[in-house]
This record gives sequence, C-alpha cells and structure tokens, in this order.
Amino acid sequence: MKLSDSRTINADATTVWAGLLDPEVLKACVPGCTEMSGSASDGFEATVVQKVGPVKATFKGAVQLSEMNEPTSLTISGEGKGGAAGFAKGGADVRLEPQGDTTILHYDVEAKVGGKLAQLGSRIIDGFAKKMADQFFENFSNAVGEADPESAEGIEETTKKKGWFKKLVS
Amino acid sequence: MPKDDGIGAATVRREDVRFLTGVGQYTDDIKAYGETVAVFARSTVANGVIKSIDTTTAAGMPGVLAIFTGEDFAEVGGNPAGWLINSRDGTPMHEPKRPVLAHGKVRHVGDAYAAVIAETLEQAKNAVEAIEADIEELDAIVNMKDALAGSNYVHDEIGTNQCFDWGWIEDNRDATDAAIKGAHHVTTLELVNNRLVPNAMEPRSSRAEYKAAGDEYVLHTTSQNPHLTRLLISAFVLGIPENKLTVIAPDVGGGFGSKIYHYGEEALVLAAAKKLGRPVTWTADRTEAFLTDAHGRDHVTKIELAMDAEGNFLAFRTETLANVGAYLSNFSTATPTFLHGTLMAGNYTVPNVYVNVKAVFTNTAPVDAYRGAGRPEATYSLERVIDKAAREIGRDPIELRRQNFIKPDQYPFASAAGLEYDSGNYDALMDKMEEVADMAGFAARRKASEAKGLLRGFGVNAYIEACGIAPSNLVGVLGSRVGLYDAATVRVNATGNLSVMVGAHSHGQGHETAFPQVVAEMLGIDASTIDIVHGDTSKIPFGMGTYGSRSLAVCGSAVVRATEKVINKAKKIAAHMLEVSDGDIELKDGQFSVAGTDKSVSFGEVALKAYIPHEFPLEDIEPGLEETAFYDPANFTYPSGAYCCEVELDPETGKVSVERMTAVDDFGNVINPMIVTGQVHGGLGQGIGQALLENTTYDENGQLLSASYMDYTMPRADDLPFYTVDHSQGNPCTHNPLGVKGCGEAGAIGSPPTVVNAVIDAMQSGGKNVTHIDMPVTPHRVWSAMQNA
Repeated sequence: MKLSDSRTINADATTVWAGLLDPEVLKACVPGCTEMSGSASDGFEATVVQKVGPVKATFKGAVQLSEMNEPTSLTISGEGKGGAAGFAKGGADVRLEPQGDTTILHYDVEAKVGGKLAQLGSRIIDGFAKKMADQFFENFSNAVGEADPESAEGIEETTKKKGWFKKLVS
Repeated sequence: MPKDDGIGAATVRREDVRFLTGVGQYTDDIKAYGETVAVFARSTVANGVIKSIDTTTAAGMPGVLAIFTGEDFAEVGGNPAGWLINSRDGTPMHEPKRPVLAHGKVRHVGDAYAAVIAETLEQAKNAVEAIEADIEELDAIVNMKDALAGSNYVHDEIGTNQCFDWGWIEDNRDATDAAIKGAHHVTTLELVNNRLVPNAMEPRSSRAEYKAAGDEYVLHTTSQNPHLTRLLISAFVLGIPENKLTVIAPDVGGGFGSKIYHYGEEALVLAAAKKLGRPVTWTADRTEAFLTDAHGRDHVTKIELAMDAEGNFLAFRTETLANVGAYLSNFSTATPTFLHGTLMAGNYTVPNVYVNVKAVFTNTAPVDAYRGAGRPEATYSLERVIDKAAREIGRDPIELRRQNFIKPDQYPFASAAGLEYDSGNYDALMDKMEEVADMAGFAARRKASEAKGLLRGFGVNAYIEACGIAPSNLVGVLGSRVGLYDAATVRVNATGNLSVMVGAHSHGQGHETAFPQVVAEMLGIDASTIDIVHGDTSKIPFGMGTYGSRSLAVCGSAVVRATEKVINKAKKIAAHMLEVSDGDIELKDGQFSVAGTDKSVSFGEVALKAYIPHEFPLEDIEPGLEETAFYDPANFTYPSGAYCCEVELDPETGKVSVERMTAVDDFGNVINPMIVTGQVHGGLGQGIGQALLENTTYDENGQLLSASYMDYTMPRADDLPFYTVDHSQGNPCTHNPLGVKGCGEAGAIGSPPTVVNAVIDAMQSGGKNVTHIDMPVTPHRVWSAMQNA
C-alpha cells in the first residue's frame, strides 16, 4: 500500500521538526496510541490499539528514525505486531517545506500488512490508512500549530486549541 | 418403469436422515474423559527464517499442558509426495521435506511453527498469542514466472523453484512441433485456470487418543482416505506400526479433494496424545481452512491448436506452469501431469499432442487435487481454444467439434495423449444436448434478452475425463508410489443381514445407499438389510480412498467380486442343504433353488446354516459366510459429456448470469439416478463458481487476501440456474463388472469452459470482438474487456 500527500501546518519548520521527534506529541497524535516511550536517537516503543474492519488488536511496535536532515527531512520506519491479528510494517519519507509562517509537510508512506489484517481487512486497509493519516495530521496540526483561522471550529476554539506543544517549546 | 430397489432405482439416501436431523457424528463431536485442545501458531509472513521461538511465557499460562515446536519433530520423517515425476531430461523431481511443524523456515502464511495443547480452546489460543517467535521476513516468492527466473528459493537446499519440467509425450514433441509448423491455421490462447479454495462445509479436524495399555493409537480425522493416512503416518512420518494405529474417518462434511491427503496436524495430535496420555483434538477455524487446506487448480497455460484447411485437428501443444505451493502435498505432482496431460487429446481424433508442465514452488499454500483434479484444467484449455478456433475460421463450434470427434466404431481408441478410451459416443451426447437444451429456441430467447437491453450468449463444451483411478501396473510405470485398487468385505450375519466393509469413504457421495443397491440386486434381497461400514481401518480390509470418481468403479467392483464369492459359497451350502450338486443351484429373488424343480432354500436359511453348521461337510465347506475381494481395474473409465449454457450479460455493468445450463453425460450404467443427478448438480455449482465468482488472491508479499467469505465469493443459490441434467446416453464401461464410469467430478469439469464460451459469445453478439477473458468472469473484467474491445 502506498500513500502520498502533503499537509500545511501552522507552525514553522523547526517547531514541526521538534514535534515529530517528541514522544509525548506522537503519543497524543497517533490515533489509538496508549503508550509511547524512547527517543529520536534510540527509537520509540509504542503501543497502539486499533480496529481495522473486523480485526481489533493491540499492536506493539518499534519505530526508528533515520536519514535525519534537521529540519528538512527524515525517514520513519517501523513495525507493529498485533499477535493473532497479524502485523503492519512500513515507512514514511517526510519532507518539510517552509512557506511563510507555515510548513508544508510532504509524506510518502509505504506500508504492508500481514496475517489476519491482510486476510480480513485488505479491502479496507487503504481507506483505513488514509483515515489514520488524516487523524494523525489533524492531531499534529492542533498540537504544534496555530489553529487554522479559516475554519469555523478554529475561530470558536482558538484559545483552547492554540497549539499546546508550541506553547511549551516557545 | 423405474425400479424401486436395486440397481437403477432412485432410492432415497438413507444417510441423509442423520445428516438432516443433526445426529451425524463428526470428528469434533467425539468426546471422552480428559479432552484437551490443540491450537497452532501459524506464520503471518509468507517466507521467513525462524530465528528463535520462546515458549516460556506461554508454557506458564493457565491450562497449558504442552507446547511443541518444529524442533520436537526434527528427527521424524516428512510427509511425502505420492507420485514421482521425472523431468524431460530424466532427472527426478525435487522433493523437499515437508515437516510436521515448520523448522528453520516458514514457507507460507499459515505454515504452523508451534502448537499449544491446553485444557480449553480459549486457554490454548491465549497461549499461542504469548509465544514469542522471532521470524525474520524474507521476500516472498508468489508469481510463478518470477519464481522460475529469480534466485530466491522457497527451499534453499534444492537451489531452484522448479519442482519438475515434464513432457508428455516426450517422443511426440517433434511431430507435434512439425504439425503446428506446417498447419493451415493455428489458434493460440493464453489463459489462467484460477486458484480455488475447496471450502468443504466441515473444516478439517483431527483427534488422537493414546491407549497405554496396548501402546495403541486411535486417530479420528476428516479424511477421504483413512488407510492412506495410516500408511503415511506409519511408513513415513511417525513410524507408529500400522497394527498399533487405527485411523477413523467418521462422518465427514465434504472434501472435494482437500481431505485426501495427510496433513501435519494429524501427526501433531498423535504425538501430543501420547505425551499427555489424554485425548487431543484440533479443529480448524474457517481462516485456517483458507490458509492451509490444499488449494486447487492454479495453472497458467499457453495452448495452440493446429488445423488443416478443412478444420481437421492436427495437433494440440500446451505449455503450462502449475503452482504446487510451498510443499508437495501427497498427489500434487500427479494432478498437473498424469491427471492433466493424458487428457489433452479430449474427445478428438487429433493425431499429435504434446504437453509441457513446469511445476513451481511458491510461498503459498500447497496446491493439490480439487474436484476434477487436472481434468478440468485440460478440458478448459482444450474447449476454450477450440471455440476460439471455430470463431477464427468461421465455423460453427458444435460442427467443428463433431467433425473431429472420435466415432462410435473407433473404440477402443488409442488417444494421442496415451490413453485407451474403452467406450463412448460423443455425437449421441451432442444430439441429446441439442434436443434437451431446446437449442432451436435460442434465437427467440436471445431476442427477448436483447429487448431487455441484455446480451445473450450460448456456450458449448465437450469433455472426456479419466476416472476410476487406476490400474496399479500402469500407474506404477508412471511414477505412482502406491497401488490404486480397492477392497471390500461382504459379511453375511447368521440372521441374514449384511455388513459390507468398503475401502471407499463416503463424505457426501451416498455410498451407504448406492452400494447396498448393488449387493441387493445381486443377492435378490431387500437393500434395507444391508449396511455399509466405511472409514475405519480397524474394520475394513484396506482401501485407497475416495477421489477421482473412483468409488463405484473400483470399490464397487470389489463389492461385486466379494458378493460373487459369497454367492458361490452360499450355493455350496444350499446344495448341501438340498442334497444336490452346487452346479444345479440357481439364485433368484433371494431363493436358492434346484434348477427345474420346486425345491429351494431362502438366502436367510443359508446364512443361518453357515453359522450353525450342523451336519456340515466340513471337508468341503468352512463355516461362516464372509468374503473379501481386492479389485484392481484394468483401465481408467472414461465418462464424457456434452454441456451447453446460455448466459445473460448486462453491457452496462458487466454482470453475467447463467440462465440455462444443460449437462448430458455418459456415465455408463447408473446405479442410483437420483444420486448421480445430485452429484452433477454439485459439480455444476462448483464449476459455475469457478467460472464466475471464486478466486484465491495472494498479494505480492504472499498474504492471502481472500481468506474469508467476505472476499472469497462462493456461489449461492441465486447465482445458479435450474439445471437440465440427462444421463440417458450411457455406454457401459467395458472392463468393470458394473459397467460404471464415475460421475462425481463431471459437473465441475464440463461447466467452466461452457460458461466462459457463452460469455465470449454474448460479448461478440454485442459487437465486441473479445476473444478471451479469464476466470472468474467478474462484472469488472467483463466491463473492462468490453470497453477495451
């Protein structure tokens, strides 16, 4: 499965870069993530609970970061094992492109699933992956960026959603 | 008038009473004190190196009694292939070991590398989850062409993914090449025979008990072939002596080939039962059935048909890649070779046939015989290319076939693919088909379809198959490592009822009804006094199992021979009772009478006398009335048929529906026409399923994507039409005592090309010059083909 897209995040590249390397941010942003530990240099250990179609499982996995060119690009690779549910593994090439005050985050994901996930969930895996990516970047934008002033939701909740991570680092 | 008893009667299936009232006894129904459950840890990757398996945590979990890994079976034997195929250069095929549990490497998704035995199913499943297996995933070998070209091997030790490169008949190769080179017209077709999952209603299940008192084992298992399973476990895998191992196949809910073979789970539960001293049962869930039952078909074929200017067939030449999966299942090497290549002359007088089959290892489930086994692949290739040829040279497809049919006065006919057909009349089948299918009304029906905006297509097919496998002397020459006879014991009890022990196993075929009809006819007694005993190696002399439409032709013949022996002995007893010589005794309607007199004794009186042998001439006759016969056939049997169907195709969506389906078969003599019709119906359902719906899909990583009924489309009642089935055109088999040919697979052999030919015809009638489409003919494929035409 391949997935390529880009997102505009209301934060500068340095902030986005720092967010990508922070286990607390990742834990808050990865949908279903219940545990996240480790560091950018040693890799992260994560536990994610997710339901893919008829298959619900707890995935335990390791995530490695490599090809790190601060603050412009990095490669994320990892593998999650879900026991009887099977496994998911893959990688993402991430590139950060500054644009004014914002950053465009480009990603190319290549992933594969195996075991029950493939046997029962293959028809829905592409849609599932896209949904996961959408949720992640929505959470990530909210965490590291200024809320989008264009969105009605953003206007109402500007204070509440004002990039808690950015407040911490700035 | 139809008979109401004996041979030819449409006797209602007696076994259906227990099946339909829920009192059948299947393997998983068998319970005793101390039951335990086995669950397997199965690979989630298609190809991987087992670095380590840590069972420490799992072993400490509640209810866990034992855990096995491949290491525990490293010293025992492997599950062998039953048929040795030699390559064209004379070298023997590659036979990598197939262990009880994967050891060193896992080779397909679902390959078992460990097993947990626990008190309950839930505990066993939880413990399997806790096994920590470090398996390093390697690139999967999935596509057959890539497998042959690459240097990544399913079995490193053999250094190739090619199991064999087989030529049939190698001596005919040059002549076939020359015939094609010099032909007036050559039609070429490349096609895929799609991979199928057997999907028996009852998934596989095995239950073992060990009886320490006698050092004896009992294995209940879902088998079509309990004696062969015992033989393989004894001689090759675990070394348990045959006289210490009883294999029982109780009621079995369908097999379609997938339960012919011995599987590792059977060996595992036997070993576990001995270790624990408790019964151990494993029952596959549906996902395990998809992942590990031997699959069927999976051929990629290029076929050429050469003709002269008059449309006479000069040669068929095929090149086939046959997927054997990750390991050689027991008959996997025979299926794409001798059950396929020998049928590549079809119903035709074609003088030249050459077949090349390369069998290829891949990181997928093993592939073996599935309803029809090789013969559907042969028929599909032949009958598709003939249809294409007819279109290319502007001939009617039925007339072109008729022109090339073997004629009734040519039997016995030596086919160009090496078989000797004993009887048949293909024109008569075609005549009958044209009549009962109301071909004359097709034009009007097509018009009616077109008025609804639908295209209507007509497809036809003629098939021949080889059943009643097989003469042991012949198959021995061809590489079989077993004989293919069968056996029966007819036991007449003192009170006059009979137990008939048969080597054939019934798992849907209706033997319990049909076999007594034969014996009842011969003895002139009521069939209800005759019971069939099958599926238990401790009760039956021997058997080679049920597959290849062989039960009646081979085992039924053994029943006839044993019954003849019973009659001969009973005549001696009757002669003694009536004080005449046995030559004067006649048996009619259950009475032994002295020819030309009114003196007689009944069958029941003779039976009683056999067991209460007062005043018996013991020097001439032993007490008792029980006889055994082994029957080894003189030849295959050759059922044949003419099939046609009409499909409606919606050009807007590509959806195809089969509207009419006609099957006219020559099965020789028919014992029970109702059962035969039912067998044809079942086969047609599976064949239409293959043609329109079913497909087994592995992704490029060897993950099985169609592993449930959400993605693997089984035919449902509303996918199938009402059938017109006719078996009035029987030409009896000339070499077995019943004159029967076998009917179990015909429907699945004859229907796929019929349906696809009709789909092509429908598209052509809509002005789309589509000449080929691969199965399953899904709406997407049809629609795409029509857009691109």
